[in-house]
Amino acid sequence: MPPVPEKRASFWRRFTESRNGLGFLFMLPAAVFLLCFLTYPLGLGVWLGFTDARIGREGVWIGLENYIWLMDDPVFWLSVFNTLFYTTIASVLKFGLGLWLALLLNRHLPFKNLFRAIILLPWVVPTVLSALAFWWIFDSQFSIISWVLIKWGIISQPINFLGDPWTARWSVIAANVWRGIPFVAISLLAGLQTIPQSLNEAAAIDGATPWQRFTKVTLPLLTPIIAVVMTFSVLFTFTDFQLIYVLTRGGPVNATHLMATLSFQRAIPGGQLGEGAAIAVAMIPFLLAAILFSFFGLQRRKWQQGAD
Amino acid sequence: MAKTVTDDNAGLDQFESRGRKIFLVWLPLACFIFVLLFPFYWMAITAVKPNSQLTDYQNHSPFWVVGPTLQHIKYLLFETSYPGWLWNTLIVAVASTFLSLFASVFAAYAIERLRFRGARITGLLIFLAYLVPPSILFIPLSVIVFQMGIFDSKLALILTYPTFLIPFCTWLLMGYFRSIPYELEESALVDGATRWQILTKIVLPLAVPGLISAGIFAFTLSWNEFIYALTFISSSENKTIPVGVLTELVRGDVYEWGALMSGALLGSLPVVILYSFFVDYYVSSMTGAVKE
Repeated sequence: MPPVPEKRASFWRRFTESRNGLGFLFMLPAAVFLLCFLTYPLGLGVWLGFTDARIGREGVWIGLENYIWLMDDPVFWLSVFNTLFYTTIASVLKFGLGLWLALLLNRHLPFKNLFRAIILLPWVVPTVLSALAFWWIFDSQFSIISWVLIKWGIISQPINFLGDPWTARWSVIAANVWRGIPFVAISLLAGLQTIPQSLNEAAAIDGATPWQRFTKVTLPLLTPIIAVVMTFSVLFTFTDFQLIYVLTRGGPVNATHLMATLSFQRAIPGGQLGEGAAIAVAMIPFLLAAILFSFFGLQRRKWQQGAD
Repeated sequence: MAKTVTDDNAGLDQFESRGRKIFLVWLPLACFIFVLLFPFYWMAITAVKPNSQLTDYQNHSPFWVVGPTLQHIKYLLFETSYPGWLWNTLIVAVASTFLSLFASVFAAYAIERLRFRGARITGLLIFLAYLVPPSILFIPLSVIVFQMGIFDSKLALILTYPTFLIPFCTWLLMGYFRSIPYELEESALVDGATRWQILTKIVLPLAVPGLISAGIFAFTLSWNEFIYALTFISSSENKTIPVGVLTELVRGDVYEWGALMSGALLGSLPVVILYSFFVDYYVSSMTGAVKE
């Protein structure tokens, strides 16, 4: 017989054997971390947006002054435009090309796993380091793309990829799409593999053309996962920082500044923490919209599966 | 590899003619692979090109290298702080990965299996936390890091990286724990095992693939992290690879492309090697996070 445990120990034992008690203990490390370094900073960021804090100086409450200031700031509005343009174009391209690649890989191919492994590479390599390679590829004098195009006689002058506002915008979009395709393609491929072959075969026997099979069978079944994947993709593109910081730092003349890079620019090298925080906070409504979209995408998937 | 190919169904593809297949499948696939791999090829070839050939497209084909050299890599390893950055990145990535895994295992088990009051809401909050991007957290975090007195130290990164690692790992592990049958735990409970014994002796051994997935993924995410490292670290000896290469190897107007590209190449190698060993775990963790 074990000795009768004293009251304290028995409380402890009852606590750790109960659902809620043990659940609380197990949640503690993650909760402390996320409250200290995620929830608190989020709130602090919102508060900083209402202050005139600078690096090395506590801010005082100035109400909406930062936001009123930003309203009249053409650079801020340019960055909003750039962010929306960058996100829209890059997401559409990533979706189209990613879906195409996923459909290609979903076929019966030899070395399928090898292809899948190779395709994920751009996504695995640190963005900053692959962006450096793009910086070199987009060099104004020694760009390999310009060299090939001149060699083929398509252009006579090297393209000034990162020096002209519109070519710079398209160049950073190209680099972003290059990096984002693997994620979209591999995630959609995983979705495609859950669609039973027999559905396609049945449609084919009933006389559906490949295009009809794609639009009437594959696409509807893939919609829930497309919604989730694209929400992630839009979210990460919208808040992108690294690629722009490496390739252009927002230049030429702010033509490629995204809200994230502008917020960094104002807050850290510029020292205006309050204003930078306000720009970051201005991103939140857009993100919320994307998250709500994702939430309903997930709900719909659950409903389709008939799960609880 | 051959096994997985033979055991899946050829489906409707078998009715396609060869010419059509080359045109519709192999040609686009080849283009995709070429575009996706070209930057790596260009990075690698630049890293071993002697300076004289780097920009001399007239006399040397830019796509090939005559007499490859290790001078850029040697310069990187012996005349810059590059080995130190490599070491910092490794320490930070390993420490933050273990910290996150530790917190995530308990959190995921509690949410998925203990089903305490509010577990569903907690699970949803974890998912929302995963969606909070570092780009809106780095300014307030830099204030906090400064107040804590850990500005410009590896500890600042080790403590802040779990903000995006814990939500991700927890979410992923929840999916793995869900796949372990309840009956195993129930029979252990009947046999008198405590919750702790169930977790360490039954659930964790069964969730090893999930732990590996979460671990290597977290390691890669922290290896690749940039914005926190750029903001919180100012002295050269504490920098991580992405920050070090970008801020210290790019000087003035004369870009040393050879050294830059070999820095990028060497910095990518560790994650690429890790990736090549665990491809399937990567794919499952990436798709798992989306599918759950």
